[in-house]
Amino acid sequence: MGIKQGRRRSRAGVSRRDFLKGGAAGAVATGVLPGAAGAVAEADAVAGTDVVGPGKVAVRLTVNGAAHEARVEPRVTLLDALRERLDITGAKKVCDRATCGACTVLLDGRPAYACSVLAIEAQGVEITTVEGLGTPEEMHPIQAAFVANDAQQCGYCTPGFVVACKAFLDANPDPTLAEIEAGLGGNLCRCGTYNGIKQVLLTTRPLKAQTKGA
Amino acid sequence: MVDYNWPEASKRDLIGARIERLDGPLKSTGAAKYPSDIKRSGMLYGRILTCPHAHARIRSIDVSKAKAMPGVVTVHVIQQAGAEIRWAHDEVVFLAAESEEMAADALGAIDVDYEVLPHYVTEGDRDAAPETKPGREREAGEPDQAMAAAAVKVERTLSIPMINHSCLEPHGQLAEWNGDELTVWASTQAVSTIGVGFAEPMEVPASNVRVQTQFMGGGFGSKFDVDRWGVEGARLARLAERPVRLFLDRDHELAVAGSRPSAHATIQAGADREGNLVSWISDSWGTGGLPGTGTTPLPYVLQPPNRRTKHTSVPTNFAGSKAWRAPNHPQAAFLSMSIFEDLAAELEMDPLEFFRKNLGLARGELGKTYDEELGTAADLMQWSANWKPRGSETGVVRRGLGLSIHQWGGRGHRSNCEVKVHPDGAVELFMGTQDLGTGTRTVVAMVLAETFGLALAEVKVHIGDSRYPQSGPSGGSSTVGGVSSSTRRAAQDALAAVFAKVAPDLGVEPDALEARGGRVFVGADPAKSMSWSEAASRLGAVPLSASGRNPGPGKLNDGGVGGAQMADVSVDIETGIVKINRMVAVQDIGLVVNHKLAESQMFGALIMGVSSALYEERIVDPISGRLLNANMEFYKLAGLGDVGEFKVHLMTGPGYDERGVIGIGEPPVISPVAAIGNAVANAIGVRVTAAPFTPDRVLAALGGAA
Repeated sequence: MGIKQGRRRSRAGVSRRDFLKGGAAGAVATGVLPGAAGAVAEADAVAGTDVVGPGKVAVRLTVNGAAHEARVEPRVTLLDALRERLDITGAKKVCDRATCGACTVLLDGRPAYACSVLAIEAQGVEITTVEGLGTPEEMHPIQAAFVANDAQQCGYCTPGFVVACKAFLDANPDPTLAEIEAGLGGNLCRCGTYNGIKQVLLTTRPLKAQTKGA
Repeated sequence: MVDYNWPEASKRDLIGARIERLDGPLKSTGAAKYPSDIKRSGMLYGRILTCPHAHARIRSIDVSKAKAMPGVVTVHVIQQAGAEIRWAHDEVVFLAAESEEMAADALGAIDVDYEVLPHYVTEGDRDAAPETKPGREREAGEPDQAMAAAAVKVERTLSIPMINHSCLEPHGQLAEWNGDELTVWASTQAVSTIGVGFAEPMEVPASNVRVQTQFMGGGFGSKFDVDRWGVEGARLARLAERPVRLFLDRDHELAVAGSRPSAHATIQAGADREGNLVSWISDSWGTGGLPGTGTTPLPYVLQPPNRRTKHTSVPTNFAGSKAWRAPNHPQAAFLSMSIFEDLAAELEMDPLEFFRKNLGLARGELGKTYDEELGTAADLMQWSANWKPRGSETGVVRRGLGLSIHQWGGRGHRSNCEVKVHPDGAVELFMGTQDLGTGTRTVVAMVLAETFGLALAEVKVHIGDSRYPQSGPSGGSSTVGGVSSSTRRAAQDALAAVFAKVAPDLGVEPDALEARGGRVFVGADPAKSMSWSEAASRLGAVPLSASGRNPGPGKLNDGGVGGAQMADVSVDIETGIVKINRMVAVQDIGLVVNHKLAESQMFGALIMGVSSALYEERIVDPISGRLLNANMEFYKLAGLGDVGEFKVHLMTGPGYDERGVIGIGEPPVISPVAAIGNAVANAIGVRVTAAPFTPDRVLAALGGAA
């Protein structure tokens, strides 16, 4: 699947936004609540509204530029789909509820907690994980800065932090320390690598021109 | 006979340098595969049903619906009807299914009927405990008379709660059987030693169990054991005849998989008018769950000549605690250093002066080390320019300084390794150790390359497999001393064998030779030389093999370190919020192998210390006995913006280097709570008697003073 094609929302999926838009357009006559079986069945009958599940459905995910297909239940998170169906394990499962940031990925360049996005919601967007930024042989400047500043110990939070740093520097190419401290508040580390990560964000500034688009 | 030693400073190319960790690129790109990332063909997902009650008896249990659910392969009840459960989140049923979702659904279909029994989870109220285990009273000198005669006295009750390890990779493993051979990819701190823990309950010889851990996501002392989920994970895999990956859910992880004991103490201490500590009487207690707790080492570091201590272990309805980075020392430091600083304040004396005056009360010969370290720390903190007497700050935001000193061992553990030198000059090493993120892999490679005079990229290090020569668990800050010493001995032996082969060609005795810069040469006449690969080719077709061990001949590592830390905080007396401005840490660890990674250990320890000083606490509901913050929203860890600025300094050079290598993982995590607590007291003029120093406690302390 090409990138342009990938940006088009797959028919198999349904986003919360599409769902609400459908309702707002008056296509759904009565109140439709997720999980209300009768209402869902009714919604299913309405032209232009996709209802999926509870069984497995096909999802098409564009991850690091490559198209993948998998069959998952609609409740499967993007994180579980990446790790357990596609064997893309850079993003880590730690809190599994949008607190620690170890699962941070980019969706069309914007950071998101993959544990709190459903796989079916992530169709039609460019998903970038830490593996998509660089390889051990050819690291992204931010990844190289993590190594140079020893901004990692056990390394379990590192992929999420690397991706969060990428998104942060894209939005704030020349941050102050105060902006760094606020901007990276959505990721947690237990070994205590924050000192190195601050240095990454301060020292990668001169390299910002080199940072590749995700 | 080889003289096992470290190269003198002028001949070190790698040791002591600032070297990037070798596996850094694998970690920062997501290429590193942790045990929880590994997927095997046909693998099932294990999940665990735990008990919601702190104390209960199982009346009945019905797993029939779960067994019949689609995708469920194996259901194994480990606590049957009649079993007594003595902590919340204790494991009751293990099951394995085709997917995590199917496993979760199956858990929900299990019916367990519990008879809820009375529990005890509030050890702060020791009088309510159903059972206590009083320890022996220890006494020296004449504590009561000395206390009565002391010119100044302090008496307080202080508390520091149970906290969690909160490893980001939860406890667990992937287990796979091949006949009666078991392979386990475990998130462990003990690659060489946990195999037998699987073998015994599985009734196979330990030689049938292979443990592999290339990477692991944090241990901090909580991952030395196989644990019940290890044994039952292996059992599920055997019952299902398929690989099973089983890692704990976050709430289970936080509730039972790693905590450190609490410590409470009522302490009296006295000093004479000149500021000499003369007496100490403490009655301390704490809990580490059902087994109670070991002794909190009081008084800490400084031993007043007249003292009496008594420690009582209080069992509670929690899972047993685990070793937490410097077991019992951070608690002892908080309890003791708070009292010492309070005495200094009573004497209207600068605590830096008070501590220095009393350094003769430190055990062994550490007094001089502390004096040097306090001097260095004071320079880095600009203590004398910035310190003001307690309570002299006014205004809404009040700034204060505090300090603490600590002690630790860190002698190298038992370690074995094998070094191979191939005929083409390639060098590799095999060792059953593990890299917790401390840099073990990198340190071993540095010692290996340094010894052969090769570049770091020219040596290969294989660790993380129990089939390699056994090396000890990573605990007690003992790893770096153990692995660097065994590596050095093996490498020196191998090098001596190469020298013996090439010495005749170079026309000298073997001990006249040196290896450096990829060449073997005559030390007194470096022009007489040959390349390393040429030298190695003289070995013949069979690679040279040398084994190394620790302990062993030659003083390559040591134990017994000090360390001093200072904190600079601001406290808002309207909100009660404590903000860390700066922390200074000064540490001795003998010969520093890798300055960059050693400093990372110090930064990490300071951050963990700040986190436990300001945020971390297991919040338990006394009614239900359950942990209320078994999640990462409310079990708070410090974030990147919470920790302030750090200055760290390692003591090196004469007097330090010749001690050999000593571990650093634990000592710098001991003092932060104590130093921050003292800084808070200095800022606001009153002692906050319980850690963590949360806004409610700060405001309560201020209210009490008003």
